[in-house]
Amino acid sequence: MSTKINFIPFIKRLSRSKTAFFGLIFLCFMLLVAIFAGVIAPYAFSEQDLLNTLATPSMEHPFGTDEFGRDVLSRIIYGSRISLLVGFISVAIALVFGGFLGAVAGFFGGRTDHYIMRVMDVFLAIPQLLFAISVAATLGPGLGNLMLAVGVAAIPQYARVVRAGVLSIRSLDYIEASTASGGGKFYIIFKHILPNCAAPLIVQSTLGVAFAILVAAGLSFIGLGLEPPNPEWGAMLSTGREYIRDFPHLTIFPGLAIMLTILSLNFLGDGLRDVLDPKLRR
Amino acid sequence: MIKENDYILTTESLYKEFKTKKGVVHAVDGVDLAIRRGETLGLVGESGCGKSTLGRVIVNLIEATSGKMEANGEDIINPSRKRLKQIRKNMQIVFQDPYSSLDPRMNVKDLIQEPLRLNAKELSREAQDNRVLELMDIVGLSRSRINAYPHELDGGRRQRIGIARALSLNPSFLVLDEPVSALDVCIQAQILNLLKDLQNEFELTYLFITHDLSVVHHVSDRIAVMYLGKIVEIADYKNIFTNPSHPYTQALLSAISVINKKDSQKKIILEGDVPSPINPPPGCRFEGRCFLNKTEQCRSEAPPLKEIAPGHFAACYLIG
Repeated sequence: MSTKINFIPFIKRLSRSKTAFFGLIFLCFMLLVAIFAGVIAPYAFSEQDLLNTLATPSMEHPFGTDEFGRDVLSRIIYGSRISLLVGFISVAIALVFGGFLGAVAGFFGGRTDHYIMRVMDVFLAIPQLLFAISVAATLGPGLGNLMLAVGVAAIPQYARVVRAGVLSIRSLDYIEASTASGGGKFYIIFKHILPNCAAPLIVQSTLGVAFAILVAAGLSFIGLGLEPPNPEWGAMLSTGREYIRDFPHLTIFPGLAIMLTILSLNFLGDGLRDVLDPKLRR
Repeated sequence: MIKENDYILTTESLYKEFKTKKGVVHAVDGVDLAIRRGETLGLVGESGCGKSTLGRVIVNLIEATSGKMEANGEDIINPSRKRLKQIRKNMQIVFQDPYSSLDPRMNVKDLIQEPLRLNAKELSREAQDNRVLELMDIVGLSRSRINAYPHELDGGRRQRIGIARALSLNPSFLVLDEPVSALDVCIQAQILNLLKDLQNEFELTYLFITHDLSVVHHVSDRIAVMYLGKIVEIADYKNIFTNPSHPYTQALLSAISVINKKDSQKKIILEGDVPSPINPPPGCRFEGRCFLNKTEQCRSEAPPLKEIAPGHFAACYLIG
């Protein structure tokens, strides 16, 4: 297979860029935190200590406690599960459906292209957050619905990126050469066209994960995400907002978690774009 | 040896039209061609005359609008998908630009193996790998380059990959679409020699498309001259170069730059431009730029190819 990547040199090339390497390390760290949340969290995410509410950071509670006396650090650790899950799954939904629609539209062109892309244009005319809000409001709260809302809202963007890539590659000689070697239409789409427009797609996807985490946080912020007492970074920000003047640690720590995760995703996206282009390999 | 009447491929009034917003482009406009087994037929013409389109129609990369086409006596015009796969094993094409005709994300091995993987599924992995190495030897690519990517190789090596791909299924007929025009002159010679050796070794037949007369002179047994979608002259290469009959061929040959040209060989300078293939003139395509004494017939009726000497055909009323 042409697109197989040898893992070790891949990491080596990626680590040439310090920012991308930081992104990768931080994301791996977050992933481990999410997987082992039950082991490393000092408290359960819903454990209340009503005698010790709104405590500022201390040895006992490194990030302080919230208005119910729940440990903020533990809630952020458990919240990483939800944020990462929502981010990756919703982008996967958007990538699969948007990518397929865009590839078909770009490759077959003509009427197929016209119908698919006009529908996408209609969806693009609605602001993505608004669209996600309306889907989430229709489906009701819950983790699955949250991922679906964020994912569906992002489909048109991916369709557009993939279509643009397919259009620019479809007319190149090596596509014709593959036809001459006996390659069928779907073989050519999957073997030649998609790998060659993967670079912008990967960048878009990592940025998309970041955006999905933000949208999910936004939806939780306005109460359309997960129901309490489930810890979610956006929801934590939302409740912390009321106490922001006197107890800023309630917003600073979940905010930092969101920011660092998104920043490392963006760094990683940039680094991946350089690594995945064989012309830039030295 | 090349036999007079043993044709590997024939076309009869082959047409290819493209519908555009401005009108119908007559890219290939009634081409009768007969290619003998084992020969190299050079197809020359200026840019836009339809020679590449003709090559692509012949290997069924583009559907013909109408006409007849036979390979080894079997009809191959616009075949079904299943049939097309079989036909393509026997007929392959080498593309002009080795910089854009190879997928930049595939290495040499995958590029050469692709046709095998698609068409020779009965071969085991190992057999395919061996065939790739064998093909690399055949086209003169060092085996150490097997994991290289196209951007790491120069134009000549890339074109060798293109040739290896075309040869992988043991075809008997190759369309070479300007295979050397994107290469440096010294590498051109290497590739041309390689193509000649391959022809001898594997008894290949070539349709060699080019706009470069000095290249076509080196490789061709016969030469066909194309102008605005039609073949205007066809003869063996000596006759074309020593005794060009059609006025367009004469003008084309006089354009070759020769050092110490004698004064007697005056350059023919054509006036005007090639007419648009959207609305080609009804008579002789070359009538508007011809320097012979034109007649009314030239303007109203397209001249057919006629034999003016044994094996020498030209489409002109004013000669022969």
